[in-house]
Amino acid sequence: MDELIRLLSYFVGIAAFLGFNLAYLGWVERKGAGHIQRRNGPKEVGPYGLIQPLADGLKLMSKQLIVPAAADKPLYMAAPILAMVPAVLLFVAIPFGEGIVPRQFDFGLLMIFAFAAFAGLAVLMAGWGSGNKYSLIAGTRVVSQNIAFEIPMLITAITVVMITGTMDLSEIVRHQAGGFWHWNIFPRFDSSLLMPVSFLIFYICSMAETNRAPFDLGEAESELVAGYLTEYGGMGFGIFMMAEYANIVIGCSLTTILFLGGWQCPFGILPGPHWFFIKMYFLIWCFVWMRWTFPRVTLWGLLNLSWKYLIPFSLVNLLLTALFIKVF
Amino acid sequence: MNPSLFSPEGLAEVIFLILIGTTILGASIATLSKRLIRSVIGLAICFLGVGGLYYFLNSPFVAMMQLLIYVGAVCITMTFAIMLAEPDDEKASRKYKSVSTWAAAPLGGLIAYGLSRLAIQGQWLAPAEKINSGSVKDLGMSLLNEYSMVFELISIVLLVSIIGSLALARVGRRKQ
Repeated sequence: MDELIRLLSYFVGIAAFLGFNLAYLGWVERKGAGHIQRRNGPKEVGPYGLIQPLADGLKLMSKQLIVPAAADKPLYMAAPILAMVPAVLLFVAIPFGEGIVPRQFDFGLLMIFAFAAFAGLAVLMAGWGSGNKYSLIAGTRVVSQNIAFEIPMLITAITVVMITGTMDLSEIVRHQAGGFWHWNIFPRFDSSLLMPVSFLIFYICSMAETNRAPFDLGEAESELVAGYLTEYGGMGFGIFMMAEYANIVIGCSLTTILFLGGWQCPFGILPGPHWFFIKMYFLIWCFVWMRWTFPRVTLWGLLNLSWKYLIPFSLVNLLLTALFIKVF
Repeated sequence: MNPSLFSPEGLAEVIFLILIGTTILGASIATLSKRLIRSVIGLAICFLGVGGLYYFLNSPFVAMMQLLIYVGAVCITMTFAIMLAEPDDEKASRKYKSVSTWAAAPLGGLIAYGLSRLAIQGQWLAPAEKINSGSVKDLGMSLLNEYSMVFELISIVLLVSIIGSLALARVGRRKQ
């Protein structure tokens, strides 16, 4: 019975956390975009536009669902669901604090990568199912991008696994206890000096994997109308947007856990979930910041970045990390 | 003995049936669908069910690898290839009612018979030591000691396929 109550409270907690984030990250993004572009952003609905997400949600929900005549109906309808479900599911494995994790997985890191793979499939289904040329092009683009960036991301994740010796996310955080100089983002003189490189590659890849600008070639609105989202209106579009934000939260949580010491305090006092959230929201803010600062890359620039730079660098990084571990 | 639906055993059985159902549903979509792209999606559903079965059998590592490799890499690559090659494939227009149908039916039946006979009559050994502790060390040890032969063979297969794809890409480039 205790277990049932625990499960229920985690379920409600995660749903609330997710709902809050999905609503207000949109607000943060619009506010951030506004201020970066010397505008106000949303400001009419409520103080500082704080009720804007509710108004947006109501608008999206009250819209009629239209399935295009040329669409492949089952794929068209299933794609948003497939985009959303894995993103929500992944919160099961994220440890927010010492012992605050819905389900302790020995292979938490592997699980996150396994289910994150569904996001590409969802975009493909959306792109194909819409029966629209632009959507189809966007689908192929997103998939080539996801394949390209998943490889360096996995390889750099392996360096972290190598120096901590486990794939258990809580254990990885415990390994970084005591002061910020123990975090994996900094060169570790007991195992590997190259951890900043790993962090950089991982962060770039997580940005590309969540299809965020400057890597948002899937919905490049200047060339592809809205990419795979072109034919989606109302809540179909809304669910895709929510899945994108959920993926961002997951990606930033994972970066926090792997490189920034999760719930550990920088000075070794009072560790707790608040530090996790501070780091995670800082990384999310960096995502927003970069989205509105950098122009979108071209498709070839993007693929070259992965295949010609990130993959060789991550492979060399892996080999050198193995060497460092052997030497120290 | 018939465990009630809400006891742990009953729930486990329900979950098992759901997983089996998912696998069979996915496999049927994959084989019966008229559109190639739906077949691939069916295949992904089938892999999901199989991954769930692995998890049900207490091998989370294999389950996660199943999803990561088969759904994340194989299915996506297949979809990608279909999109690039045949925008709207008419699988139905092809006539499969040839010799191959008549050869495939008894062969499939034979394989099904053999597998089920093996499952029912085979000597089931006690499971070997499980690698579920999450420690990368155990995993590496068993990969490079007990299963080193398999490991090496798989790497040769992968190497051959990489070289093959490189050779194919090279030929395509030279023509232009």
